[in-house]
This record gives sequence, C-alpha cells and structure tokens, in this order.
Amino acid sequence: MTDLPKTTKKKLGLVIDLDICVGCNACVTSCKEWNTAGYSAPLSDTDPYGADPSGVFFNRVHSYEVINTQGESVTINFPKSCLHCDDAPCVTVCPTGASHKREEDGIVLVDPELCMGCKLCSWACPYGAREYDEHDGIMKKCTLCVDKIYNPNLPEHSRVPACVSACPTGARSFGDLGDEHSPVSQLVKDRGGFDLMPEQGCAPVNKYLPPRQRQPATSQAKPLEEKVESIDNVVLRWVDKILSA
Amino acid sequence: MHPALSVILFSTASGAGYGLLIFVVLGRLLWLPSDSTALVWGFVLSLVLIVGGLLSSTFHLGRPERSWRAFSQWRTSWLSREGVMAIVTFAPMAGLVWHWFARPNDELLLLVAGVFAMVGALVTVFTTSMIYASLKPIPAWSNPWTSAVYLLFALMTGGLLYYILVSWLTQNQNLILVELTIGLILSGALVKLLYWRHVSSDVSSTTPESATGLGQLGKVSQLQAPHSQENYLLKEMGFKIARKHGQRLKWICFFTAFVAPVSVMLLALFVQGLAMKLLLLSALASMAIGVFIERWLFFAEAKHVVTHYYHEARYQ
Repeated sequence: MTDLPKTTKKKLGLVIDLDICVGCNACVTSCKEWNTAGYSAPLSDTDPYGADPSGVFFNRVHSYEVINTQGESVTINFPKSCLHCDDAPCVTVCPTGASHKREEDGIVLVDPELCMGCKLCSWACPYGAREYDEHDGIMKKCTLCVDKIYNPNLPEHSRVPACVSACPTGARSFGDLGDEHSPVSQLVKDRGGFDLMPEQGCAPVNKYLPPRQRQPATSQAKPLEEKVESIDNVVLRWVDKILSA
Repeated sequence: MHPALSVILFSTASGAGYGLLIFVVLGRLLWLPSDSTALVWGFVLSLVLIVGGLLSSTFHLGRPERSWRAFSQWRTSWLSREGVMAIVTFAPMAGLVWHWFARPNDELLLLVAGVFAMVGALVTVFTTSMIYASLKPIPAWSNPWTSAVYLLFALMTGGLLYYILVSWLTQNQNLILVELTIGLILSGALVKLLYWRHVSSDVSSTTPESATGLGQLGKVSQLQAPHSQENYLLKEMGFKIARKHGQRLKWICFFTAFVAPVSVMLLALFVQGLAMKLLLLSALASMAIGVFIERWLFFAEAKHVVTHYYHEARYQ
C-alpha cells in the first residue's frame, strides 16, 4: 500500500558534503553503470550517440554560483538524487501501489512490475528525483543501490551505494540517519547539515553539509577595463557613426 | 507543466459529461424544464463524454494495460479515488437506465438513483481536481481555486449542453434555463478570474536559495547545467512555450469560453428554427475552444518548483 510507514526501523540515506565535492561526475556515471544492470534495469537512453541524446539518470551534479552581499562569489558543485523522504509525497500519490517506502530501512522504491507510468509521482516530488523511462513506460528512481548495500557476494566495504564507492573526494557518506550515534548523524550534527526545500514539508532523510567558512579575501581582482574599439580608417569611422545613429 | 492532450481531453470531456448528467437528473426529478427525448439524448451524450474522457486519460499512461491497478490505493491517492468514484458513479447511472427501460413508474428508484448519480458526478469531478490541487510543488494548482474551477466548468459546460439539447428538441428556448445557464457561465468566468488573480499574486516560498539550502551564503544562480540536453524533468516540468503568449491566450479564452457563448445565447432568443440551432451550436463550439485553451493554460502556465534547480531565466 502507498500508506507511509509510521516509523521506519532505519533511515538509510546519504550525507553530501558541498565543501569538498569537486563536481567530477564520477557519482553520476557510477550510478548509471550500476543501476542500468540493477533493480530497475535498464536505464534506457534515447539517441545515445546522436545529436540530441537523453536518458534516465538517478543522480546529477548541478553547479551554482553563490554571490554574497560583498559581491564575492563561490562555486558550489551540487549532486542531487532521491532524498528518501520520511514524508514522501511521491509515495502517497501513487494510484497503483508501485511506489512504496520500506518499513525496514526507509528506502523509497518503485516496483517495476506494478507501475503503470502515470507520472504523477514525478509531479509530486519537489526535488525532481524521479525519471520516466520512455522505453519501459514506467517511472524509475534512485534505489539507494538496494541490490548492492545488502549484497552478501560483495566485500563488506563495497556494500554502500555506487555513488559513495565512486566518489574520489569522500564527499558522499552513507549510513543510518535514524540512529543519532551513527557516523553520518554525527557528521550532520558537527557540520550543521541541512534539508533541501524544508518548506515543502517532505522531511528528506538525505542531508547536505554547507561549505566551510572561506578565508577572507585579502585582495580583490580588478574588473577588466572596458575596451573602446577605435576605428583608424576615417571613412569607416564615418560609416560607423551613421549606422550607429 | 507539459500539457498532455489526452489529459486535457479527459478532464474537459468527463467534466462536461458529469455536468450534463446532473442536469439530466435535475430535469427529470425537479422543476427544470425538460423533454423526454432530450433527457434520453442527454443521458447518452453524458455517458459518451464520461467514458470517452476516462478512456482518453489512459492514453498518457506508459503501461495502460496496468491501469486496473489504479483502483487499489484510494486510501492515499487522489488519482485512485478519482478512478474509484468514476466506477462507483456508474452504479446509479445503471439505476437510471433500469428506471427508464424496466420500471418507469418506480419514482423511488428514480429518486435514489438520481440523487446518487448527482452526488457521484460532483464527487468525481472534485476528486479529479484534487489530483492537481494536492500537488504542493506546483503552487498554481495547489490552492482551493483549482477545485472551484473544475466544478464550475463541469456545471457550465454540462449546463450549456443540456440547454442546447432541450432548446433543439422542443424548439423553444426556456427562460428559466437561459437564466440558469448564463448564471453558470458568469460564475465560471468569475472563479476563473479569481483563479488567475490568485495565481499571479501567489509568491511561492520556494526559491533557488531554499532549493539548494545555500541562501545563507548569498544569491544562488546556475553556473553550469547538470546535463547538456533536456532531460525528462525539463520536458515534463519545464514547459515554457505558453508563458510568452499567456496573456493573449487568456483574453482569447475569456472571450470564447464566456463572452461569446453568453452573447450568442442572448442573440438566439430573438430567432427560431434553423437560425436558433446554428447560433446555439456556435455558442457550444466557442465554449469548447475556450475550455480547451483554459485547460491547456492550466497545465502550460503552471510552474513546478524543481525548475528552481535550473537556470532561472529559462524556466521560471
């Protein structure tokens, strides 16, 4: 049923450190690689080698420029995937029962055998975490690598989501955010982890860590002087003057 | 939001069908002027519109063969509730058919089936509106005006259909029905104007700053797109063609859905026979165009908060 569980035994999720993400997109490609053979496989592409390629991705790295009141700017790489919300509106709107939140670990999944592809869940999610697979006619989403994190065939250290395994800077941490003593919960507490779009009331499980305070700038780069184009030829200068009038 | 043709046809056609059903029942049960042939044709037409609309809604599904599963999650999903209510409402409609064919003198059957059919029709249209009104990430939908518009548009379009059927078959334009229909059209115009006013003044609390959580650092803007081509999210939620023509389309919608039908209905009062029929049909055609534009704009103009993660100038 698409009722949300009152509580979940665990709250498995990710903590993403915006201070150290370098925007290399390793998490994007490793996610695609694992999941195109995983739980909701394949993640279809349309026109993959053509002029207008598009395809299903569960994880994307945005990048933003943040300008403060002094006019100083910071570049932030911003990975975004499903936040496995406690109060997930994508689950409750589902008419077929395909969308569900697991009681045992809080992972939000779409059952690929039940989904009828009405796309309503993708409208209900404020974060854009769901992607429709045109080829399969069903909705797909981040599974938190449910087929990797519990996989007994993998060595213990590999039983984390593919994006976490792939991150070369350690910007992504995985763990139980429902357990206040877990390393991820401690990280959120120490660094002031925050929710995305708290006003939407979805109670996301995934948290983001803010960039650390920068050293104050000691010198400011001067803006480029505006270059005035001068025309040497007197006739051309005259033509330019007439045309510019 | 991407305006899918199948969903526009579904909500407008089934709305008109349920509206017409209400008038057919009122025409048979109450003082509303009617004609027995008009009632039969009205019932058949409402059934065609409802069934056609419901079938059309399955065309936008990726897996229409699984649509029967949509009746299962009525405890949480408005889309599921809508499906359940549409099926439930067929029961009293079957009761009305039974009354007409088998038990024409059974007034109790007519009363019970009629009242349940009307309530079912209103509740179904309301559940349709709640599919949209319950979506918090789309502020233009997530407000009470959405339901008001869906309900009044169903009554307005159904009322006009009923009026045309009765006038056509009785060759007589009843003044009570004229007043009622024009009253519904004016009410439809009023709620749509109030909807537009609400939507244009509604400032969403979601911003690029709250979306990224980086507001305490300063003003957030996209530096580089996360993907080189448009993806599903931008095709579905970042629809932006309408906004350019939004104001002009609203004027066209207002004229064709409300002003023209009322004017033509009033004009038709002065003529009889073929001229009256042609005028009433043109009023219907005009309203059909207006309602289509209205529903298209309802989708095309609605902004989803996910666009805050993308370049502001392009998708806001």
